[in-house]
Order: sequence, then structure tokens, then C-alpha cells
Amino acid sequence: MNVLALVEPADELSLQALSFAQSLGDVRAVAFDGPYAPSAWAAALVGAAGDAGAIVAAGSDRGNELLAHVAARLDQPFAANVTALDGDVVTRVRWGGSLIEEARLHGAPKLLTVAPHTHAAAAGVPVETLPAPEDGSPRVLETISDSAGGISLRDAKVVVSGGRGVGSSEAFAVIEELAGLLGGAVGCSRVVTSAGWRPHADQVGQTGTKISADLYVACGISGATQHIAGAKGAKKILAINSDPEAPIFATADYGVIGDLHEIVPAISAELRRVRGT
Amino acid sequence: MADVPGSDVPSSVVPSSAKAVVIGGGIVGNSLLGWLAELGWTELVQLDKGPFPNPGGSTGHASNFIFPVDHSKEMTQLTLDSMRQYREAGTLHECGGIEVARTEERLEELRRRMASAKSWGVDGCRLVTPAEIKELVPFVDESILLGGFYTPSVAVVDSLRFGTVMRERAQAKGARVFANTEVLGIDVEDGRVRRVRTSRGAIETEIAVIACGVWSPRIARMAGASIPLTPAVHQMIDVGPVPRFLTSKTAVDYPIVRDMDTNMYERQDGQGLEVGSYAHRPILHDPDEIPSIEESSLTPTELPFTQEDFEVQLEHALQLVPEVLGDESVGIKYAINGLLSLTPDGLPLLGETPEVRGLWSAAAVWVKEGPGVGRALAEWLVRGEPEIDLQSSDIARFYDEQRTPENIESRTSEGFNKTYGIVHPSEQWESNRRVRMSPFYDREQALGAVFYEAAAWERPHWYESNAPLVEEYDVRPREHEWDARWWSPIINAEHLAMRDRAAMFDLTAFSVFDVVGTDALESVQRVAARQMNVPNGRVVYTPVLTPSGGFRSDLTIMKMADDRFRVVTGGAHGMADKKWFADNLVGSARIEDHTSTTCTVGLWGPRARDVLASITSDDVSNEAFPFSTWQTLTVDGSEVVASRISYVGDLGWELYAPVEDGAKLWDAVWEAGRAHGVVPAGIGVYGTTGRLEKAYRAFGFELDADYTVVEADMAWWKVKAEDFVGKEAHVAHREAEPAARLCTLTIDDHTTSGGLKRYPLGREPVTLRDGTPLTDAHGRRSYVTSTGAGPSIGKHIVMSYLPPEHASEGTKLAVEYMTELLPATVEIVGSRPPFDPENERIRS
Amino acid sequence: MKILCCVKRVPITGGRMVLTADAEALETKHLGFTISPHEECAVEEAVRIVERDGGEVVALTLGPAEAEEQLRDCMAIGADRGVHVKTDGSEWDAQATAAAIVEAIDGESFDLLLFGNESADAANYQVGIRVAYALGLPVVTGLKKIELLAGRARCERDVGGARDVYEVPLPAVLTVLEGLNLPRYPSVPGRLRAKSKPLAVLEPARPESKLEKLRLVVPEGQGKQAEILGSGADAAPKVVEVMQRLGVA
Repeated sequence: MNVLALVEPADELSLQALSFAQSLGDVRAVAFDGPYAPSAWAAALVGAAGDAGAIVAAGSDRGNELLAHVAARLDQPFAANVTALDGDVVTRVRWGGSLIEEARLHGAPKLLTVAPHTHAAAAGVPVETLPAPEDGSPRVLETISDSAGGISLRDAKVVVSGGRGVGSSEAFAVIEELAGLLGGAVGCSRVVTSAGWRPHADQVGQTGTKISADLYVACGISGATQHIAGAKGAKKILAINSDPEAPIFATADYGVIGDLHEIVPAISAELRRVRGT
Repeated sequence: MADVPGSDVPSSVVPSSAKAVVIGGGIVGNSLLGWLAELGWTELVQLDKGPFPNPGGSTGHASNFIFPVDHSKEMTQLTLDSMRQYREAGTLHECGGIEVARTEERLEELRRRMASAKSWGVDGCRLVTPAEIKELVPFVDESILLGGFYTPSVAVVDSLRFGTVMRERAQAKGARVFANTEVLGIDVEDGRVRRVRTSRGAIETEIAVIACGVWSPRIARMAGASIPLTPAVHQMIDVGPVPRFLTSKTAVDYPIVRDMDTNMYERQDGQGLEVGSYAHRPILHDPDEIPSIEESSLTPTELPFTQEDFEVQLEHALQLVPEVLGDESVGIKYAINGLLSLTPDGLPLLGETPEVRGLWSAAAVWVKEGPGVGRALAEWLVRGEPEIDLQSSDIARFYDEQRTPENIESRTSEGFNKTYGIVHPSEQWESNRRVRMSPFYDREQALGAVFYEAAAWERPHWYESNAPLVEEYDVRPREHEWDARWWSPIINAEHLAMRDRAAMFDLTAFSVFDVVGTDALESVQRVAARQMNVPNGRVVYTPVLTPSGGFRSDLTIMKMADDRFRVVTGGAHGMADKKWFADNLVGSARIEDHTSTTCTVGLWGPRARDVLASITSDDVSNEAFPFSTWQTLTVDGSEVVASRISYVGDLGWELYAPVEDGAKLWDAVWEAGRAHGVVPAGIGVYGTTGRLEKAYRAFGFELDADYTVVEADMAWWKVKAEDFVGKEAHVAHREAEPAARLCTLTIDDHTTSGGLKRYPLGREPVTLRDGTPLTDAHGRRSYVTSTGAGPSIGKHIVMSYLPPEHASEGTKLAVEYMTELLPATVEIVGSRPPFDPENERIRS
Repeated sequence: MKILCCVKRVPITGGRMVLTADAEALETKHLGFTISPHEECAVEEAVRIVERDGGEVVALTLGPAEAEEQLRDCMAIGADRGVHVKTDGSEWDAQATAAAIVEAIDGESFDLLLFGNESADAANYQVGIRVAYALGLPVVTGLKKIELLAGRARCERDVGGARDVYEVPLPAVLTVLEGLNLPRYPSVPGRLRAKSKPLAVLEPARPESKLEKLRLVVPEGQGKQAEILGSGADAAPKVVEVMQRLGVA
């Protein structure tokens, strides 16, 4: 079948979605110029759909939004974060990845976004640029960089994260110390943000930030499913917890058992020692 | 990863054998482990399915405060001991506590609590006015209160920290601790524990202690035993931050408030206020349906909050502490349905299970008794008896009928809302009645019996059909509603009719079991303090002692034959007694339980012989049938075992018949009794008036492990040569001066300040005329062990242990009742009866 | 300002997903429930706006009878009234949900309609957008900041280390993400007031499902056995060794 795929230039998730689209049929990959305007871009996509049997985008913030606009415009069902399509049965992701759903997607064309990191990135596919209508619908007016300029949690190569076990806002000092030594970002669990110990920007989890670090160090975090949903993008996970049966150990690659208030400073001290500082 | 971090044995497999395995790492399991190690046991293993320090049981979310005063001596002792232990471990913070009253009825109850405080030696307590409450707890609205009962020694404890201290002490002495280790089974062979099977291997052991809180019934079932508790909810919320608490110096700067009339409490917790409730509908959970640790969003015993069950409670709490809860900036941050364990009678479940030797229960214990229970159970295991008498918490106390799911559910539901309730000492359960009934039940009902329940048996307490006797014997009513509750002047009238003519009683609730076999004599000799090598036909009343010479029980043993001894004991204590005899069987001796196949009619009074003689052709004269013997009689064609003893202190017999002949026996006695004016009489007479007049001691009242035979003035003239449990201690007691003496007092004047005559009901402090409590050389306070009317002597009788310096006839003392002092005088020191001191009636 | 907040009742999960025997739903017998996190922030935002500028906050949910609990929770923190589109407990897909919401508010005009960007459980990302189309209103999603100016809203959204800024004229539909604010806990008086605030109940018939759930599956764990590097501070050298191997130390 013909597949219309929306691509954002140089976006890894778009390329993954593209390879999924290729598995469905003949792909026409399109992109847009200019400031992001979801309603206008969706109108253009609908206009370009022709006889496409499916319209596909990445399961990113923008991809999900755009396909939802398309779906609303066409009054057709839309399945977000899909990992597979077999006939009209989709397999898609719930609970940030902690649960899988199989559902029948009625309607046409099939409107899908692709769950991140479930497919390899496609390469060398030509992308057409489409014009987007100037229709007065909401669009990005400006983009402000984060003045903090610190390492963004989403992009950090190392994240050192604290949970309920840290105990207080002040006690995060040991977490900050280790993160600093590793050139990484500080993260936390939702318990911590609800308690007001850290800002929401530090929260790793299904409703916070989904990280993609090379190493995630989870200190005093039990590993509730919604937290794991944000952490599992990390390549390796080290869990530090006094309970060896905490759920986090089922997802972690490495573990240290004990009190984080002793262990984390000890790791920092060891790092300084081997660096001779 | 098995052993708790810090231990130096990094293996992940449990040892192949152990002296004892403690299952459970909450406050009880940890305390017990620490004490077993302290008392010298090595090769101990502790297991818990969850992690340390908080495996996720009730201890982990407990409110952690302790109010020491309880109406029960046993519970107060356990609590005081626990507080001492918490304090020694540096995990106790005294903050004080106030039980507040919104109603007059509650104020009366608080006066009772003052009395109990004095009886059990909790000093420093006082009644406070609303203004004083306001001073102590400024955020309370005192205008809705009438007063309070303030205990300065109320404390909050760190139960998790204490548990860790105890566990680490045990580990330092070699105990092995395994977290995250599940018990998969308990193997039993020949009625004994042999092995505990776990997720990390099997441990050969002869002792397994179940200290699993709400999971205990599940674990017990693995071994084929039952632990009759149910998990139940009590709700708690935490609000904050409270502006007033931001400047507090400690986590609990203000006394804890128990709002008794609304079944709630409020306590500071750092910057927050914790509000708890026992007021909602009973919410019972199935022990098999408790979520696992991974399934729970908090812990398995912190369940999702059911808002609708707390709505009324929020309003009540708002009324009491409007400054805190009415503040819009104070948010409800935490709210749970917390799980705890409830039992049918509200008391813990401790001791070796009757079903399986070596399987011990340490369940249904609150944080406030945990350490004390740990020590007591460790002493019981290691030394054979606990220092604190645990007879009311003994798990062996239950009959099968009391362990049914139906009984557990109905009684725990009924009992839950009485957690802070005003419970009359004689208050009866309403739920799950008519479980065990004698063959005479219908007849009793037709006679207007008012049934009280004991050990699931329905027993007439008095009979309404005897109402005309009240006028006939000119019995006065009690003037105050509380004293008259669960009582009737008919009881005293029945008593007088008995002493005048005769009365018949239904005593089917006795526990009756035989010790049988060639080794039967040796078996009973070990248990009974008195000589049991007696001729056939003799009836022996004997104490049963603890190793340290206190009372474990008192009961009657009938020598049926050389290989058969029949034990007859009060229903309430029968099961525990039976287990004790069974545990001490020698050789091939065995127990035969006749409780369910035997019914009993008691017949006493001056006309008793006339009545009996008219229904049997056997010779029942005094010569042919002396006191303290038994014989088989034929009554109306059936064989009846007649035992000539008398707990009411009058001429007469206990008549035992097979259940199928019961109705006939009753009818025969009844019919014959008409001509002699025999009245039916209830346990009001049998258990109180009759025996009080004769100064007969009762187990659980005068007799418990805290007091000796000599103190109770029950020493017989010669100690038998044969060995028996407690002999050495008993002999030593006989050679020493007793630290207290059991005395009979009478109340001189019942009139109180309001002008009403008041009648104490039991456990009140006995003091000097100025209210100063009396304490003996062992630190025991004098208190009313039993009290009631002595209708035949026209006085209200009080029994109490008194220190020797006050134990003389004529000494003027007082009984403190509802904070008033009723003057009382020591009538008799020792066991001489106030009525018929020469026992002419019994021996006639 | 008249603000509609649409919220969804979702279970509070623990460390493990457990399904019912027929694999059609999560086993919830041991679970508590809450408002899905993103829209919890929406309700907080709405209440703050109305506290400052006056107006009315209406909380709406589509869910089973028990979902009234979530509406009362909204009222406890300041919502003025609730609308309960009551279902029999079965799941409604996003299209059906949006249509039912539009139907339920027919005749009412709101200045702002706030939604969570996606629900914690089904995470379909589309209900707010569909409602906007049905009502002919502009919609901006995924917001972390909302500022009300005369007749319009200035909104911000995180984009990898920066923030995109939008402006929409009111009335508008906005969907928000957790982090927009820190929601308050209800006070006791708030809880008590919530009991008597008005609640309208509608029980529309459930239409055919266009994204029809067939079954749920718990993904297999990767069968990972975490390699335990040690216990306590003594494990620090091994940890640093691993970090060096991973190229992060």
C-alpha cells in the first residue's frame, strides 16, 4: 500500500518511523519548512494523502500531535506509539511502555505514530518538502533557550538520580556531587518532585523526562513502573538501594546494596582518587 | 542477596538446621530474636519475605505512640515493659498524652482509667479540666470537651529503629537473618515441627515462631495450625505543613490526644498532624488477599484510602483541632487504609499452638506491647515460663468454635469500634451467639434465663422467672446505672433462696477430660500440686503451678480408676488446661476429652440431699457419701456421676450425665425440687456471690502467675514427695514470709459524694483511707481481685492482696471507685470464709 | 473566566503490572486510583487562575461510577462543580470520549478547556485535540507554562533544551504536562465543601469502538539479572571500574 510518512529533518525518531513505514509499503516521505504549526501542517498532510493507506509519523511530541490533528480533521481513529501493524490489528504501547495493547484499528487511512526506539533508523530515503498553509492556526512564535544552560536531562550522557531514599532536599547534595563529577545531570523520581525536594524538570519518568543516557544511576529509587518508563531508554542502569528485591533491580544492569548516603559519597571519593584530584 | 548488609556472612542459602526459626521481621519478630539471643540461644534464624528495615508489615506504618494505662493488668505490664525497653534503646520520646471526654459518660470512664492507672502502678496520671487541656495542647478547641485523663508518660517510639537494634544485637551473637526470603512450607511429623522450607532452602528445626502479623494465619495453615486473627483496616491521614509546628523542637512537642468519644486520635508528626480513626465500619481483609510488595504502590499494609469511610471522622477531627484542620493552607498529604491484626477477644495470640508442638504464635501484637511480648515469649521458650503472666493472651485458650471464620469475623467486627470504647467489665458480646448450648437450654429459656456467654457456651446468668424472689428476700437494687448494668438483684435473691432451700445450676460449660492409661497417675502427679495417689472415688481440688510457683490454673481431679483421672475445669480456661496436661503426659498416657459428651447439673443448698435422695435409690447420706468424693448414682434409670464438692460453699453435688440423658436429669431434679422450693440459679451466684462468701479463689482473678500459693493462703499441710512443676519454688515459698497476703474486706459505706451508693466491679485500687496506693515488696499494687455481694452476710465483699503491714483484721483501708474513696475494712486475712467459717454446710 | 478541566480516573500502579484473568484490564483490586498526573496540574492551574481573576472551574470526567471520587478531589482543591459522564466501567476509545465530552458540555461556553496531554494509562494523545476540532477552537498541546493576557493565552512547551512559545486567542483548548505547576493537597475544609458541590450526571450509550482494545500484554522483562557489584561503600572501586569501562568516568 502507499504510505505517507512525516519526517522531521535530522530527527532520529522520524527515521525510525520511516523504516516502520517502509515495512508497510511504498513510502512517500514529506517534511515541512518554517515554524511548527500543527493544525496547518496536518491540513497539508491530509491534502497530500491521496490514496495512501496509512499516514505515519514518529511517536514524538510533535508526531503524536500532528497525527491527532489529522485524525480529528478526518474523523478517523488514530493509534499512537505503535510497534507493529498486522492487517488492521495494531500493537501499541500503554503506560509509557510498561504495558502493551493489541487493538483493532478500524477506519482508513491507518493513522499511526511509531513508538520510539522500537525500529532501526531508515537511511537514504528522499524527503519532499511540502508547503504549509498560512491559516492563522497556532504556530511557534519564538523559541527561547533555557537560560540555565546546564546539561539537559533528556540529552545527558550520564544521569544520577535520587528517590524517596534520599530523604530530603538537602540530602541531594551527594547526588549533585556525583553528577557533577561525571559531567551528568541530576534526576529524581516523582515522589521527590511531589514532596517539593526537586523541580519537575529533574523528574525522570512516564510523566517527566524520558532519558537516553549511557548510564543511569538510580539511588534510593524503588522502581515503580512509571519511573522505569522514563529510565529504560538508558543504555545501562546502576541501581543503589538497601532492598535487594526492589523492583528496580529487575531492570538494572548493575546494583549496589546498601545505604546510598554512604555509597554515593564513596563513589565520588573513589572517582577523585583515581583522577588524582 | 540474603543476609542484611553489614553481616559478614555473604551466603545466600539458609543454614540446614537451627535451634529456632523466627518468621517475621516486624516489631515482634525483631524483639523476640533479640531476646532469644540475650537469653543464650544460639543457632537462631530469622526470615522475612520483605526487606529490612521495613519489610512492609503493620510496624512500618504504625502510629508508634503508647498509652500505658489499660484496664487489663497483663496488657499494662507488657506495655510498661515495652516502654522500658524502648527507652533503654534510645528509641522512646516522652510527649505525654490526653484522653479527652466530650460526654459525661466518658468522664466516668476516664475516672475508671485513673483507677486502673493506680492499680497497675502507672503514676503521674491525673484528670484535667478543659482549660488545662488547652494549656497542654493549645490547638485543641477545649469548649467541646468536658475534661481529660492526662498521662505524662505517654510516649512515641521508633519501632523500626528498635527492631533494628534488637536484630543487630542478635546478629552480633550469631543469629542469622535472611530478608527477602519466603516461607514455602512448614513440615510437621508426629505432631511436631521438623522443618521450615524457604525460597533459599530448608531448615531442620523443632521450633518455628510465627511473628507475621496479618500474614500469620497463612503461615500457620502451612503447618496445619490456626492463628485466629483477621487483617483489618484502621484509617489514618497526615496533614501539613502545620504553621504552629514549624517552630517545634522535636517531632512531637505536644501531647497526643485520644478523642475517645469519636474513636480517633491526633498526634503531631514533625511538621504534620497525623489523624487516625477506629470509628469507621469494620473493614476486614482476607489474609490470603494481601497484595505482594511489588503489587503495592506503598506497602502491602498501606492500602488505598476509602474516602467515604473518613467523612464523618474529618468533621469530628475538625471540631477538635480547628486551628490545624480548618487552616486552608494545611493539605491532606497522605491517607491510607492501614492494616492491622484483630482477634475475636481483642487480645494477642501468644504461645505454642495447641495443634503442633514447636509451632509458636507471636501474633496480633501492637507496637505498644511488641518488645514486652518479645521478652515474655523468649522467656517462655528458653526458661519454660514468662515473667509477665500471659494467660489471657495464650493462643491455646480458644475452642474450635471460637476459631471459625464466622466467629473471627463477627467478633472482630463487633470489637473494632470498641477500640476506644467504654466497655463495661461484664459486657457481653452480641454477635455470634447461641453457638454451644447445653441440653437444658430450652428449659432455661422457658424460665426466663438471661444468658451470658463464656467460651462460646450460653450460660444462664440469672433467671427472670425468679423476679418474685427479689421482694421475698428484700434485695435492694443498685442505684447507679453503671453498677447495675449487666447485673440484677435477682442474682442476690437466687443466692439467698439457695442458702435457704436449694438451687440448681447448669454447669455444662465445664471442660471435662480424662487422663488415661497406665502412666496416668504419673502424668497427673507432675501437673497437680496436690497428692494424686488417692483411692478411687476421691475428688481432689488442686492448684496447678508454674515453674516459679505461681498459679497456672486451679481445678478438680476425680480419681475414676487407677488408669483414669477425670479433670474438671472452668470452661473459660479449659483448653489451655487441656494442652498443659497433654504436654506433660508421660509414657503411654493419653487424653480423652469428654466435654462435648457430658452435661452437668449443680445442686446445692440445705435441701439438696432431700432432693437428691428422692430421685435415686442410692444412699446419699453424709456417712455413705462424704464430702470430696464421687459415686455413680442411678437417677431415673440413667447413670449419673455425682461429685460431692461445692464451689458455692453449700451442701450438694455436681451431677454429670451423658448429654443424651441430660434433659431427663434436669427434669428429675426439677420435678423433685418443686416440693422443696428449689430454684434455678445462674452463674451470677455460682461465679460470684456463692464463692465470694466462702472466700473461694478464682483463677484469673485471685490466682495468676504473679501470686504464690502461700500468698493466696492455699498451702495445704504437707507437700507431697513426688515431683511436680513448681515444687521447688513452692517449697521455698512455704519457708519464707509472703510479700503479700490475700484478704477479704468489706465495704463500710457505699455512699459517694453525689449521695448515691456505688458498688465496685473489680480491679479498683485498694488504698489507705487517704487514697495512698499500697505497694508490696515485689512492687505489686493492691487492687480488687474480685468483688460482689455477699448476700448471706449482708455485705459487699472485696478480695485483695495486701502487703503484710496492712494485712490485719480490722485494718481500715479504702477502695477507690470512680476517684471516690469507699471506706473498707479488712475482715479476714487468709482463706477463712466470711460465711459459715467452719464449713458446716458443706460437710453436713 | 470559565474553565473546563477534563480529568481521567487512572489506577496507581506499583512495581509490577498485573492483569485480570481475561487479560482485558489491569487487576485493580489492590490498587488505589487518582487523577491522571498531567491533568492534575490542569485542575491546579485552573483553580489558580480563578482564584486570581474570578470565574468558575468545572471538572468533567468520563468514567465509571467510582470516578465521582476524582471529581470530588477536583472540588476539594477548588473546582466549583462537576460533570460526570458515567460509563459502565468499560473503556471508551479517544474518539468516543471526545464526542461524549462535546455532547456533555453542549450549550456551555468556556474560555479555556484544559486537558492532560495524554492519560497515564491509555496514552492516546488525542482527546483534547478532537474536542477542539469539534468545537472549532484552536488548540496547543504539551504545555509547561500558561500566561493569560487580554483575550489570549501565551503558552510554552519544552523542546529539547529550549521552549517553543505559542499564542492563542481565547476561547481555546490547551493540553498540559505535569510540571506546569505543583498541585496542592486538599485541605480539610476543602474536602468537606467538596461533598456538597453540585454534580451533574449523564449516562450516554457507548458507541462502537473504532480503536478497539483486544487484549493487554505485560511485556517480558529483559530477563536481566543485575550484576551486584558489592554492598555498602566498599563497592565504590568496582563501581568506578564499571563507569570507566562504559566510558563515562
